[in-house]
Amino acid sequence: MIETKHISKRFENKEVIKDINMVFERGKTNLIIGPSGSGKTVLMKCIVGLLEIDEGEILFDNRLFNKMDFYEKKTIRQEMGMMFQGGALFDSLTVEENVMFPITMFTKQSFAERLDRVNFCLKRVNLDNVNKLYPAELSGGMKKRVAIARAISMNPRYLFCDEPNSGLDPKTSIVIDNLISEITQEYGMTTIINTHDMNSVIEIGDKIAFIYSGKLWWVGDKHEILRTDNEELNSFVYATELTRRLKKGPL
Amino acid sequence: MFPIGEYVDLMFKVFTRHEKGSVFRKQIAQEINNLGLESLGIVAIISVFMGMVVAIQTGHNITSAWIPDYTVGFTTRESIILEFSPTIISLILAGKVGSRIASEIGTMRVTEQIDALEIMGINPANYLILPKVVAALMIFPVLVLISMFLGIFGGWLAAIWMHVVTTTAYYQGITLDFIPYEIFYSAVKTIVFAFLITTVSGYYGYITDGGALEVGKASTKAVVMSSILIILFNLIITQLMLG
Repeated sequence: MIETKHISKRFENKEVIKDINMVFERGKTNLIIGPSGSGKTVLMKCIVGLLEIDEGEILFDNRLFNKMDFYEKKTIRQEMGMMFQGGALFDSLTVEENVMFPITMFTKQSFAERLDRVNFCLKRVNLDNVNKLYPAELSGGMKKRVAIARAISMNPRYLFCDEPNSGLDPKTSIVIDNLISEITQEYGMTTIINTHDMNSVIEIGDKIAFIYSGKLWWVGDKHEILRTDNEELNSFVYATELTRRLKKGPL
Repeated sequence: MFPIGEYVDLMFKVFTRHEKGSVFRKQIAQEINNLGLESLGIVAIISVFMGMVVAIQTGHNITSAWIPDYTVGFTTRESIILEFSPTIISLILAGKVGSRIASEIGTMRVTEQIDALEIMGINPANYLILPKVVAALMIFPVLVLISMFLGIFGGWLAAIWMHVVTTTAYYQGITLDFIPYEIFYSAVKTIVFAFLITTVSGYYGYITDGGALEVGKASTKAVVMSSILIILFNLIITQLMLG
């Protein structure tokens, strides 16, 4: 479980995140949604510690993360996996080396043991015969899967996904969404997904936080979001002609 | 202006919170290849031609019969050891190696690879920059030493091909009044230049923010600033050690 208590973040005089209180539950896919520029990426970067918060507390299973020193944070970070928007795979390493990277850095396992783990993770994300390929040789969907494989290679307690579906076709997006959801339940992870893809929201949104103008505007699940009367949220959910028509009834 | 405060702050991160030793050693070997051995070709070509030009120019300028022929060899050796090999080769390496480091780290920054390292609990500044610094400190003096031999060899080639002086006179010149301290002075300069090139380029790559355009700008800034600092420190070290 991850908790944020009254967290705020300013860039110079502009307050980008304002007093966010939120609980991200274990074993669930927790989604942060919101329009572009609403502050959801900044919120995620604050939670994972890439940005320092100005006020508030961030707790990972009741461990106060934002007050820890580098080495204490390092321990928590070894329990984190993150899938970046572009994959952030290391260009100079093969798929196998990318997935093996955190294991090599933080364990004393033999090469055979590490390779077993790599193959297990790649199989889990439905990738075969890609071990020796470089990221540049992979399709967008494959890169995302390798990024997930790398993120779960250390068996993390916390999984973060930043725009996992950006640049993917709707069918591949659903595959990635379902994969994240399955892994979350299978390993009992606390998963936080940053997205503005409504398909993901409806598909896997166990818990949804709507961020608007840097504030936590609404919290609910994938069923409640379709029935809400929150004006700002409705304008986000029903932004397209297709969703507006669906709201009115069968096409 | 060079942001010294930010640079020092980054250097603190580079030289603290070390990562796994076995990985570090492997990276150094890799960087010795990337930064050093891959530069051997250009260093060799420039050194030979540099030596040839110095020998020809010296021969051309000797118009008085009172100046002995061995002056060509002597002048070529002194010019190559004191200035051309350590400084000119370092300026060449600032262009080749500096731009490579800045663009490599800059690309990693804009594609979130550095963020990925940080999320994993790795100190990216230490992991990415320190192996390059250590590798350069180890391999640049070797490259400069090779450059000295090739430069003097180039001078000899020019001397005999262009009939500047005889082999005997050239050999007499390059062995005349040799002072080993000059090699030490050159080595000190090279080590300082190696540190400047790798850390300044690493800094500009690390602070890159934006996209492909900014990576290009970071690369250019790295080369320009490294070159300026090489010239500046060349003067300072020369004054301190020879002045």
